[in-house]
Amino acid sequence: MAPITTLHYLVVAAALFILGVIGVLTRRNVVIILMSIELILNAVNLNLVAFSRMWGLHGQVFAIFVITDAAAEAAVGLGILIAFFRNKETVNMDEVDLLKW
Amino acid sequence: MQPVATTFFFYFLSGITVLSGILVITRNNAVHSALALILGLLAQAGLYLMLYAPFVAGVQIILYAGGIMVLFLFVIMLVNLERAQKEEQFNKQWLVGLLAAVALGGLLFAVYVKGGTLFTEHIAQPVENSNTQQIGVMLYGNYMFAFEIASLLLLVAIIGAVVMAKKRI
Repeated sequence: MAPITTLHYLVVAAALFILGVIGVLTRRNVVIILMSIELILNAVNLNLVAFSRMWGLHGQVFAIFVITDAAAEAAVGLGILIAFFRNKETVNMDEVDLLKW
Repeated sequence: MQPVATTFFFYFLSGITVLSGILVITRNNAVHSALALILGLLAQAGLYLMLYAPFVAGVQIILYAGGIMVLFLFVIMLVNLERAQKEEQFNKQWLVGLLAAVALGGLLFAVYVKGGTLFTEHIAQPVENSNTQQIGVMLYGNYMFAFEIASLLLLVAIIGAVVMAKKRI
């Protein structure tokens, strides 16, 4: 079989990214939308690490920073979700319309 | 050490990753989605190991599969998802969203087909024994400022999460 190149990893990462985008754009449940965002961030991380095999360790350091951001985003996002659930008793994205007039 | 059966492991792990990604965005039950996401994250840690990135693989398992996903599962238990499970799972603009995502996928596909020569193999000599050490040196050398900013970001995130989730400030 053909050897595995960087392009193979990029294609897997692109597939993950597209799945995450589909999840964010089509689902109603906020928890699953946040998980789709994690999918997107993971796709980016896979790209960074795949390129780091070619161009040195900078990609891996950047992947660690992306993981840090993902942790911060998940904590704040889930906090917002709990605050929202306390107000409206729902977790559907299209019912987040307090600022709409 | 020369890697063995690279092709098999690559297709196996990336298959698990993509399949669990599909499960994440299609399940009704958020707990099932979270478990599928954990499986995908673990498979992705395997892919990192294949790319000679053991430290990132360890961080992925400890922080993502161990930390962030536990946070997700806790919030799923705190929030009552019974009602959301019985309702419509996809919003009204799902067709437009799907088309936009497919267009983006086509764009990426075109880039990878036309620009395949841009990604020529330029394998840097992979470091086998001192990966963690070198990442540490870079974090405290080149990326010192970004590292401090990241710690500040985490502090802000802690305070923000507490303020958001607290009933009365």
